[in-house]
Amino acid sequence: MKLALKVTEIEQLSPLVKRFRFEDPKGASLPVFSGGAHITVEMPEGDTIRRNSYSLISDPYDGSGYEIAVRREDRGRGGSLYMHRKLSEGDDITVSTPANLFQLDLRARKHVLIGGGIGITPFLSQLKQLDMEQKPFELHYAARSREEAAGLKLLPKAAHIHVHLSEEGARMDLGAILDGQPMGTHVYTCGPEGLIAAVADQAARLGWPKSTVHSEAFTAPPPGEPFDVVIASTGQTVTVKADQSLLEALEAAKVEINYSCRGGVCGRCRTKVIACEGRILHNDHWLSIEERAAQKDIMPCMSRFKGTRLELDL
Amino acid sequence: MPKTEFSPSIESRPTYPGLTSQGSAPAIMVADAAGAEALVDLVATDASVMDHAHVVLIAKAPELAAKLTALTPKALHEAPDLDAATPLVTQILDTAKMGTQLYLAGSEGVIGHVSALAFARGLPMEAIQSEHRGSIARRMQCVHCKGITEDVTTDPFVCAHCDLTLFMRDHFSRRLGVFQAVCVDAETPGVVPATEEIRP
Ligand code: FES
Repeated sequence: MKLALKVTEIEQLSPLVKRFRFEDPKGASLPVFSGGAHITVEMPEGDTIRRNSYSLISDPYDGSGYEIAVRREDRGRGGSLYMHRKLSEGDDITVSTPANLFQLDLRARKHVLIGGGIGITPFLSQLKQLDMEQKPFELHYAARSREEAAGLKLLPKAAHIHVHLSEEGARMDLGAILDGQPMGTHVYTCGPEGLIAAVADQAARLGWPKSTVHSEAFTAPPPGEPFDVVIASTGQTVTVKADQSLLEALEAAKVEINYSCRGGVCGRCRTKVIACEGRILHNDHWLSIEERAAQKDIMPCMSRFKGTRLELDL
Repeated sequence: MPKTEFSPSIESRPTYPGLTSQGSAPAIMVADAAGAEALVDLVATDASVMDHAHVVLIAKAPELAAKLTALTPKALHEAPDLDAATPLVTQILDTAKMGTQLYLAGSEGVIGHVSALAFARGLPMEAIQSEHRGSIARRMQCVHCKGITEDVTTDPFVCAHCDLTLFMRDHFSRRLGVFQAVCVDAETPGVVPATEEIRP
């Protein structure tokens, strides 16, 4: 489902991060969501529509508007540059209804939230939900410097909200954070892959059950060299441009395909590979190591191809 | 008494794969008299499992308590029955830290009840180990009056609270740690099949 909204506020949070607020043009109430949910934003550019997913940072129970925070990626495919440079207050914008792939497990006795850099965003809505439900939690936010820490402006000041700025010598000590937490605690990490791996590693060493360790590595698809794919059902050849994802190229060519997260984590866009002469550049977080090696499946929202022929079962 | 092998059933019916040592990590062990033997067997595979273990023995059996003390757990707590053990286990769970291993051994009632207590505190089922020993009696909840009847060994049986004659089902509530029981003669009052002893 799509919502036609208006951009009502744009705020520079840090040199690289802006906050955007979208509202219904007639002031109608938007569907509420749960902490950790995201929306997909449409960015029309020429004859293609780019779509990126962003975590909602506003209050999940407040239907008066949706807010997101976008970091400018100068080497990305241009989605974030569009948001930063082309969009102004008063513009129309089309977004999806919220979906959630990073939900809190509300059976937990306590929640530990760990956000690195722009990975703070899903926690901004979750902490409002946790406050509302009066669930015990602590949040750790790690960033390089005060200037880069866009989240600082959005985080309430509270004893259980900890900010770790490595430039000020306050590096995050995962051992100290995880050790001694009460039984029934769940930990959630969002940020660079290194941080996610370090938390999983530390938790495993302390004997945390696997299902209490959650993470979201939400990344926009990377640009790369252009390549061609063949659509098995029609024989049509689709060219994927350097700054386009395979999913976006398929959509532009009107090939029907499912998606949800557009970040390689939900599994929705999984597509069978019929022929592959070359190497699939798997950038998703969905396929297993064996599945990647087999080259029988591809996640078009994130992954690319290098070689002579790639035929998809579409 | 050896580990009980149950016949295959529906998905919600709990299984008890047996206890495997997770080394000297902090541990909570809860066992009834029959289950105490499973703890003895566990220690035989790895003595370090007792290093940081709180053991709760649900039985009036001094000789068993002595046997468990000889395994040198960090602490041994005793309670005569499940009701008396509940506040004790609750308190130990409430002060336990992440990484604490849970080992449950004995009847389905003990395992189901303590699992439910841990589950309610956010511990995932995968972190709970259990081994069935001894009586195959079940803790049954009447779906009509919600009352719980302990130690049920026949099918059908009579609800201790509302006196309905109930069929034993394999449906298990993880939240409550009980099997569900439904009225036998709801449609044909008085027509009750012969009572049978239950089998594993
Ligand atoms: S759309 Fe979610 S994995 Fe591709």
